[in-house]
Amino acid sequence: MSEPRQHTVLELRYLRTEFGSRERPLIAVDDVSFSVKAGEILGLVGESGSGKSITLRSILGIVRPRGRVGGEILWKGRDLAALDEAALRKVRGREIAMIFQEPMSSLNPLLTVGLQISENLATHTDLDARARKTKAVELLEMVGIPAARNRLGDYPHEFSGGMRQRVMIAIALASNPQLLLADEPTTALDVTIQDQILRLIQSLSRDLGMAVILVTHDMGVVAQTCDRVAVMYGGRLCELGTTTQVIGDARHPYALGLLRSIPRDVAPRTPLYSIPGAPPSLSALPPGCAFTARCPVAGLECGDVRPPLAAVGQHHQVACHRRAEALAHFRQHEAAS
Amino acid sequence: MPSLSYLVARLLQIIPTFLLVMVFIFLLVRMLPGDPAIAMAEAKATDAQVVQIRRNLGLDQPLPVQFMVFVKNTLSGDLGRSIMMKAPVSEVILSRLPTTIFLSLYAVALAVLLAGPLAFLAAMRANTTTDVVIRGVFQVGLSMPVFYIGLVLLTVLAAQLRWFPVGGYGTTFLGNLHHLMLPALSVALYTSAIIVRNLRASLIEVLDADYVQFARAKGLTPRIVMTRHVLRNALVSTVTLLGLSIGNLMSGTLVTETVFAIPGVGRLMLEAIFARDYPLIQGLTLTFAVMVSVVFLLTDVVQSLLDPRLRKS
Repeated sequence: MSEPRQHTVLELRYLRTEFGSRERPLIAVDDVSFSVKAGEILGLVGESGSGKSITLRSILGIVRPRGRVGGEILWKGRDLAALDEAALRKVRGREIAMIFQEPMSSLNPLLTVGLQISENLATHTDLDARARKTKAVELLEMVGIPAARNRLGDYPHEFSGGMRQRVMIAIALASNPQLLLADEPTTALDVTIQDQILRLIQSLSRDLGMAVILVTHDMGVVAQTCDRVAVMYGGRLCELGTTTQVIGDARHPYALGLLRSIPRDVAPRTPLYSIPGAPPSLSALPPGCAFTARCPVAGLECGDVRPPLAAVGQHHQVACHRRAEALAHFRQHEAAS
Repeated sequence: MPSLSYLVARLLQIIPTFLLVMVFIFLLVRMLPGDPAIAMAEAKATDAQVVQIRRNLGLDQPLPVQFMVFVKNTLSGDLGRSIMMKAPVSEVILSRLPTTIFLSLYAVALAVLLAGPLAFLAAMRANTTTDVVIRGVFQVGLSMPVFYIGLVLLTVLAAQLRWFPVGGYGTTFLGNLHHLMLPALSVALYTSAIIVRNLRASLIEVLDADYVQFARAKGLTPRIVMTRHVLRNALVSTVTLLGLSIGNLMSGTLVTETVFAIPGVGRLMLEAIFARDYPLIQGLTLTFAVMVSVVFLLTDVVQSLLDPRLRKS
């Protein structure tokens, strides 16, 4: 749990990322606001297409295809959304680093691992070639690559998936970033390796005082790793709170459904619960709550009026018109099953 | 760097290739209708003289023996005597070869100079008017035969505008560049059309690759992202294609050199075929095979320089 003394490093205010024409934009991230403190791990949870990855990419200004990013991205008193490309490059990789989902395809297959680390150091530090090499070895050792000194000249294909993810983390850490954006860093890995990588991220965050935004769709990963959780649906935030609050006391029907779909203590061959329907298309979102079409307790106002993010406890916010009904609905089912 | 063992292994692959080429040439010449001895003999030669020529050529020996002799002579550089030129085949070919090599390299250079920047432009502005125009123009180039492009260039740039000579070969390097501009360009247009298509597609693919996103997220300058991460990766498949099209282009010199009256091995081949100059045809076929093999070898070496995954021997 994050200590209250620790200061906020990043604050998103009404972040909005849209694509396409201005008249009929596709809004991938819609009025998303949250903040991260130093040394804290914030989980960003949601289905594919819920806008988690685009949120991360918007922070660094590397959205592709190029989208329009609005709102404020407050980083150390500056608004990153207002910075130009050259100024943003000084933040990217230096103050805020990012790692990607696919360790297999996120490292350049034609360049040695040593070069891919040292090009980061060359861009963001004044170290000379020899010092960069020493630092590269240190970084590889820090993320747990055995015989790091002998591996600088190796190419990505000579590493296993888990080792490549470690290499990617080493590259990201090269210039001591204060914030690490991790875009589903363990999704492509075996469960055992997944666990190792998550522990690594946790210990790095604790030891270096580095803030982490961990994008995932896996509630198990959240429970194990994160201090706080933000749940996204259809490009919007629907619930925000500490991990204990969101996992133990979820209030939004989507978050409740997500938690119910985790199998636990059930007899073999019991059908697993899944949220009915499919994620909404960005071009067909209702003016109101994005979850309306799949929500078991949706009322008349839900499709028309956007529910505001309202506090339901200390640090705990939920965007839902029918919280009481949702709670009753899922309690009832919980009891029945 | 590619390991020495990779290079050695790749070089050794050439041996079976050449052996196959030799068998093919040997059989091809012997399967052709007509008797080389009669062709070589004077019109009024007696039967005894023809038999003598046949014996001199070793054609009275069994085929396997003939083949061994052929391989032995070829390896020692003896390709026989050209009937038409009345000189050793190797000398005739060597005197014509530099022109063809010059023309081919010139065409490749033009093709790369033309295709590279335009493919880059098309990829950076994918699906805009610029992209469509570039692809459209090269598509037209791709659909026209090389000799037709050559004739159009000749008519417009040489005959009407008089910017370039109609044919022939210069004496100095610059003179050569000037003289061979049109033939090189007509071959280059076709080759560059193939390269533009391929390079544009692979650039677009690489620009979207995760490692390029990651490179951008590292805060690298656009120049480093472009050269180190995008271009190099996009070139891997284009290099293969370029190697293959150089092979094509060399056999294409047969037509180009004839249209533009250039004294290279391509035109020599055509003349040799018309004159039924078997030793020369044989020698030229071998020369083309060697040139294509060397180009393919170089292609493989360049590729292994670019892509470490290919270096395992």
